[in-house]
Amino acid sequence: MRKIWDIHGGIHPPENKTQSLQDNIRAAGIPAQLIVPLSQHIGAPAAPIVNVGDRVLKGQMIGEAKGFVSAPVHAPSSGTVAAIEPRVIPHPSGMSAPCVVINCDGKDEWISHQGISDYRSLDKNTLVDTIRNAGIAGMGGAGFPSSVKLSGSKDKPIETLILNGTECEPYITADDILMQERAAEIIAGAEILRHIVEPNETLIGVEDNKPEALAAMRAAAEGTGIEVVSFPTKYPSGGEKQLIQILTGKEVPSGGLPADIGIVCQNIGSARAIYRAVCHGEPLISRVTTVTGEACSTPRNYDVLIGTPVQYLLDLSHFDASRCIRLIMGGPMMGYTLQDTAVPIVKTSNCVLAPTVEELPPPPPAQACIRCGMCAEACPVSLLPQQMYWFSRAQEHDKLEEHNLADCIECGACSYVCPSNIPLVQYYRASKAEIRQAQQDKIKAERSKERFEARQARIEREAAEKEAKRKARLEAAKAKQQSATKDGSKDDIIQAAIARSKAKKSGGADNPPQDPAQAAIARAQAARSGDAVSETAEEKTARLEKQLASTEKRLAAAQQKLQLAIDNNDDNVEAFRSGVEKTEGKLQALRKELDAHRASQAPAPAESVSDDPAAAAIARAQAKRAGGAETESPDAARERLTTQIASTEKRLDAAQQKHADAQAQGDANAAAFATAVEKTQAKLDKLRAELAALPAAEPEPAAEASNADDPAAQAIARALAARNANAELSEADKARNAVSSLEKRIAKTQQKLDQAQADGDDNAAILSDTLAKLQGKLDEARQALDALSQEEN
Amino acid sequence: MAFLKVSSPHAHGPMSTGRVMRLVLMATIPGLVALTWFFGFGTLTNVLWASLSALAFEALALKLRKRPIAFYLNDCSALVTAFLLGIALPPGSPIWLILVGTGFAILLCKHMYGGMGYNPFNPAMAAYVLLLISFPVEMTNWLAPLGAVPASELLGPVDALLRSLGIGSAPIDGVSMATPLDILKQNDALLVDDLWAQTPQFGTVAGIGWEWVNLAFLLGGLYLLYRRVFTWHAPLSMLLAIAIMALLFNDGGSSASGGGALFNLFSGATMFGAFFIITDPVSSAVSNRGRVIYGALIGVLVYIIRAWGNYPDAVAFAVLLMNFAAPFIDHYTQPRTYGHKKPNAQEKA
Repeated sequence: MRKIWDIHGGIHPPENKTQSLQDNIRAAGIPAQLIVPLSQHIGAPAAPIVNVGDRVLKGQMIGEAKGFVSAPVHAPSSGTVAAIEPRVIPHPSGMSAPCVVINCDGKDEWISHQGISDYRSLDKNTLVDTIRNAGIAGMGGAGFPSSVKLSGSKDKPIETLILNGTECEPYITADDILMQERAAEIIAGAEILRHIVEPNETLIGVEDNKPEALAAMRAAAEGTGIEVVSFPTKYPSGGEKQLIQILTGKEVPSGGLPADIGIVCQNIGSARAIYRAVCHGEPLISRVTTVTGEACSTPRNYDVLIGTPVQYLLDLSHFDASRCIRLIMGGPMMGYTLQDTAVPIVKTSNCVLAPTVEELPPPPPAQACIRCGMCAEACPVSLLPQQMYWFSRAQEHDKLEEHNLADCIECGACSYVCPSNIPLVQYYRASKAEIRQAQQDKIKAERSKERFEARQARIEREAAEKEAKRKARLEAAKAKQQSATKDGSKDDIIQAAIARSKAKKSGGADNPPQDPAQAAIARAQAARSGDAVSETAEEKTARLEKQLASTEKRLAAAQQKLQLAIDNNDDNVEAFRSGVEKTEGKLQALRKELDAHRASQAPAPAESVSDDPAAAAIARAQAKRAGGAETESPDAARERLTTQIASTEKRLDAAQQKHADAQAQGDANAAAFATAVEKTQAKLDKLRAELAALPAAEPEPAAEASNADDPAAQAIARALAARNANAELSEADKARNAVSSLEKRIAKTQQKLDQAQADGDDNAAILSDTLAKLQGKLDEARQALDALSQEEN
Repeated sequence: MAFLKVSSPHAHGPMSTGRVMRLVLMATIPGLVALTWFFGFGTLTNVLWASLSALAFEALALKLRKRPIAFYLNDCSALVTAFLLGIALPPGSPIWLILVGTGFAILLCKHMYGGMGYNPFNPAMAAYVLLLISFPVEMTNWLAPLGAVPASELLGPVDALLRSLGIGSAPIDGVSMATPLDILKQNDALLVDDLWAQTPQFGTVAGIGWEWVNLAFLLGGLYLLYRRVFTWHAPLSMLLAIAIMALLFNDGGSSASGGGALFNLFSGATMFGAFFIITDPVSSAVSNRGRVIYGALIGVLVYIIRAWGNYPDAVAFAVLLMNFAAPFIDHYTQPRTYGHKKPNAQEKA
């Protein structure tokens, strides 16, 4: 007699097993539709490898395992894949999960398969792979992929292999009848397991309320060295940890695995499935399920195809729904209620229980806990359910963890004995969920905190950098100002003043933004706030060209996507089509805008009789650069000149005033102020002369009457004047004059350019362009001169 | 077809709170019979008035707390408190005494703390101590047992009722007599053997009548053990503790002796306390190991107070004192969970 130990606590509920043992295992047959969930095991769900509309054969793999802790699923019968979609699965929450729905054709055609004739000659890894590919998971209720359990590691040698034939829950007889009828297959499976795991001893644990099963198993195990051990019936001795304690006296460390103490435990149903997989090549596509309860007039065990809807089984057992208010998947102690009878049987469904109201009455209201301690006496894990109840109600999570809530196996023995009908297990489940949620929230909060702190640091860093830059600029400006006042060069101050006024008037648009994105944002903001969208012409051109290029690219991509969608017969084809149309529309609009803009560039200055003389002048200079002729109507010119004369007179007065002040104070800059006064006087005279010369309608004098502020216009005026003056001169002389004037002009422009670049002035670009052109002209003129000189000589 | 959506387990055992309480009430019957046989109907009137007033006070408390009265009265916990108090009080106690006792027990000791399951102290014992300290005369007015007086002197049912209601010549009906524990305490002249020979109250091992009463309560307690209403740990350790203390400190029967082991075990409220008072689950320790310590310390305290304290019987005081200590005992007697090396408190503390 082998020594056995006892577990702490435990209860003896009425067994109710004889009802379903009256008959042999009956084949349930093939239902019209099979719903095969892709996740019937612990670990990652299987990924479907068939498509809707495919024909599948019995035993064909329809979902492959994803990752190490996972198992594949197979088609339980031949048919067509009707859908791969979420369906209600057997779960306490009534949730849905992805399932492969197969319309059975009734032929039950097997895929070609064969077993391994001599598995002992095979490598263990090959055997474990065979088991994995057969989709075998723990059929006792947990659903842990068997191949993972069997893939132990070298540093954990296994001493004992235990097969679990206990089936301690009331009502369930699936394992019992399997042992009675298919003992040889179970023993064969045990031998395969023994070959893989290589333990020192192999035990099969069976409770003593199954005498026929014990006899059958002992007969089948004779001569194999496998020991069939019987022990007194008690709930919950069938739990893995409890069975290990009963058969070996060892305890699985909290949070650890049985493999840590050298033990591997498998359900006998899984062992039989392993035998079928290895020796016959059959994947796990059916299991024995008990259908019982007094609401079924013929309770019995069925050989059920995985994916069979529960309603199908209930119909076979003549279920009377009017007498049943509670439908349970599993046993009365640990089973969960079903709301929908369309849920399928999965690999772990060992029982469907349909009790009448009298058999399992609805739970009465809970009373106060009287601290009787019966729960602690019944607990197989030696917990203190009473204290855990108090802490669970008070939501004291750390106390719960101290009291080892995580070790609770949710067997229900404590709730069973509680005189006050307190649903203890429900409290523990809720608390476990709360603790898990709190841990996840904590992790999330820590990550948020890290991100927030990083962002704060970044903002501070950027602010510091900005501050440093600002200070540097301030220093540079101060230094420049000091050096400027030291040199006495008034031009810089005046230039700066001009630049500032320009900037103010044009709203900062002549600052070419460094970043096109920022420019776009500025434009958008200006448009939103209703300001005039001020943008230089060439900026606009550049922008439009860029937009055009990117829109063309987008159009190409959208067209590609559309083509792809059409090929794949995607549902979103219409969306793609409308996207392509929109992009095309945008492209056309952009092209139109760009053309219009380019066209408008030529006569731009004439049209833009803006209030703003500075912007107008700059526009004119730019337009000239773009190659347009400078045209201005006489009336507009008169208007412009009048305003300019008025403003120049004012400036003259101010300059004279400043000069007088400076002289009175004996300021060192008095000389500079004197120069300013002279220059302003000269300008004023010029303007008055222009105004007087205005009625002349020729383009050239009109050109002469151009704005004094504009250096390029001035230069052109001078050039034309010179040309008129030089009309009598010989060609060579003309050329020579041209060359010399060009040279002078180049020198001046170079000077101005240097200054402008040093100031960061915005006209630097214009000046450099002018310089390049002048340079080019100079080269030409020189060439011409040479040619003419040669001719003359 | 809408099915119930409930959490497992779906089956439930036969035990319910009402059932436990009713079993306890049934187990007091032998003791009540013995008390009536030896002391007349005084105990039964005690129990009658106590039960009625306890139920009334409970109903009042539930009404004030806006709870469903019938549901809560059904668990018979008020009745059990009433029975225990009625048995503990001297037979034929006046009704006002009983009313004060049950009022205090039900309203203050039970519902003020939250109702059944929330009281830290045993309500019956707390009420007994209140009455003992407040009304020492009435609470020490014990009657003579059959054997010390003839049967005609025992209170009949009507007499007992009248006496309790204060009608009629109450003090004269029924012969008062000190209890054997009282006598032993008062004695400081005679040796125990001589005392035994001279005083009519002493019977075989303890007082006449009292030893039978204790035996009857022992039987009741054994029945409850058999029905698994509680475990053996607390009663056995209390009785053992008393016996050991008595043995240790028995000085061979001098005038200062505290009585032998058997005397102490079968006197006063020893058996009653062991099986009906300390096994009250609400106020006692929770784990079995804790209950052993709890019971043992109660036994020790009972002997100490009896031998060297001011009161002849000490079960009530000992129980109340250990009610204070029960949470502390619980904290340090947690069992070792499966898969762990040490009990929780030691792992953390």
